[in-house]
Amino acid sequence: MKFQPDNNGYYGQFGGAFIPELLYPNVKELEDNYIQIIESESFQKEYKDLLKHYVGRPSPLYLAKRLSQKYGATIYLKREDLNHTGAHKVNNTIGQILIAKHLGKTKIIAETGAGQHGVATATVCALMDLECVVFMGETDIKRQAPNVARMKMLGAKVVPATSGSKTLKDATNEAIRYWIQHPDTYYLIGSVVGPHPYPDMVARLQAVISEEMKVQLKEQTGKENPNTIIACVGGGSNAAGAFYHYLEDEEVELIAVEAAGLGVDSGESAATSQLGEVGVIHGSKTILMQDEYGQIIEPYSISAGLDYPGVGPLHAFLHETKRAMFMNATDKEALAAAYELTKIEGIIPALESAHALAVLPKMNLQKDQVVVVNLSGRGDKDLETYIKHLE
Amino acid sequence: MNSIQNIFNQKENDLLSIFFTAGFPKLDDTTKIITELSNTEVDFIEVGLPYSDPLADGPTIQHSSDIALKNGMNLDVVFEQLSSIKDTNKTPLVLMGYVNQIIKYGEDRFCQKVKDCGIDTVIIPDLPMVEYENHYQQLFDNYGITNVFLITPHTSEERIRKIDSLTKAFIYMVASASITGAKGEISEEQIGYFRRIQNMNLKSKLIVGFGISNQKTFSTACEYANGAIIGSAFIRNLDKDGVKGVSDFISNVKKC
Repeated sequence: MKFQPDNNGYYGQFGGAFIPELLYPNVKELEDNYIQIIESESFQKEYKDLLKHYVGRPSPLYLAKRLSQKYGATIYLKREDLNHTGAHKVNNTIGQILIAKHLGKTKIIAETGAGQHGVATATVCALMDLECVVFMGETDIKRQAPNVARMKMLGAKVVPATSGSKTLKDATNEAIRYWIQHPDTYYLIGSVVGPHPYPDMVARLQAVISEEMKVQLKEQTGKENPNTIIACVGGGSNAAGAFYHYLEDEEVELIAVEAAGLGVDSGESAATSQLGEVGVIHGSKTILMQDEYGQIIEPYSISAGLDYPGVGPLHAFLHETKRAMFMNATDKEALAAAYELTKIEGIIPALESAHALAVLPKMNLQKDQVVVVNLSGRGDKDLETYIKHLE
Repeated sequence: MNSIQNIFNQKENDLLSIFFTAGFPKLDDTTKIITELSNTEVDFIEVGLPYSDPLADGPTIQHSSDIALKNGMNLDVVFEQLSSIKDTNKTPLVLMGYVNQIIKYGEDRFCQKVKDCGIDTVIIPDLPMVEYENHYQQLFDNYGITNVFLITPHTSEERIRKIDSLTKAFIYMVASASITGAKGEISEEQIGYFRRIQNMNLKSKLIVGFGISNQKTFSTACEYANGAIIGSAFIRNLDKDGVKGVSDFISNVKKC
């Protein structure tokens, strides 16, 4: 149980709940109830039922033959891109919306970067007939227009965050400020970040990814455990889900891939584990990109889902204890990986997931090595970027 | 004795505190504003350490923080400014900053610098009680520094009692469920909350903040607490009139 948080939400030195007093009753209510709710029979029944019939789970575990051939290993893709709404994000929003309902909340707020979490939140709010407000950076609103339109069509109100770099970090700040002023709302956080219990709660809700992987690998290879699991990390929710049931199986190599942007040392990057230091962001003690006075640095990546200056506290702990290996991929490498997968497997990945694929050429893969790449989302939302760079 | 507690020994009612952001509107205005405020009826001054991601602050203070950071303000500069007036300034100062600034600067180094500036009271809005007790209380004690806790309309009685027992300077009573920012009015509901806290007969003094902006809201708050803090309204006035408008702003708040 080394990788479970303690009573105060700490993974080693990382985690906790650094929140203004105004948020204390809300966070405390959630902390006191989330495990009991998640473990209850009624929650499990409804959650599993929705995941199966509404989301379309289990998501396939696909043996990518041509990709395997190319890299000389046995490479499986965990197809989170085939979920309803197009990414792993919906696993978490289905779970949290049921928790919110259980707590009697009627209004939901969320932050979003690429818009995937915003869409997944707006979707479950439509499904449950709950009011939904999504905070999104003004810059992201411009570069992710189709997702903004989807959220609006789903009945959500999209509020632009105009402070700072006008991206995910600022959208999160605005969501927290709104939450402080409207304590009756439920804040549906989209990643394994934020004050305890959010990182643990979101990890538990995304854990369905690795739960299924164990069953599917057993069926397809005869063994539950692969040699290696690769997932991209912004805040880290898809990686947390893909790693979760393998954390204690130390023989399984876990690889977290961060966005290097124009290069780790270019000044335009989001590779938090390489550039960050210990600090507090959005209520959690973790590793974050900051200057010598603790001012948070604006990250950069071509991918709007990975340009976050921090990383969830579980990942900070996995990095510190070396349980996971942290690698990174530049914009260019991610684009190349996306074009390659599209061409040889007929799958257009999200730019975020393309970062996970982009480390395959950098690894010294062995022929009998079983590798699972968590294909966290599909690339429809990134078509404009893909078309632009194809020319 | 704690410097703020010391003021309460001389005066128990109608205390006025002003919050402003160090380095705003100009980098070297920090000491000028403190000097101006010291010549008025202000009882103690909160100096905000500008932060890139101030979660508990509304648009006015966010804006002042942005400008201050652009002006080149940082912890080394502010400590240098504050130590330069240490011997002349007679009005107690309270520092307000976010916990990440302290962690990155180095917790011991931060405390030493605070102490060197003659300051013994800090407010860290994102440092909750459990983290304070587990990781900061001993450290702050070592440097003779005390932390101010906030209470809100939603803080339970049990928690308020605990905060009361940990308090050495004063309890910061957040006027409403909100981020900082002047609203101009105090509602019946807020008064009900002030009365509820007043009736708890806490040992600590109470200072009201968030939403106090003028003579009217200040005097209403003072009916139920020992004093009040004005922040955003003062910063807006600084933005408009600069340092020269400081004394007029205070006389307007204090006029009866």
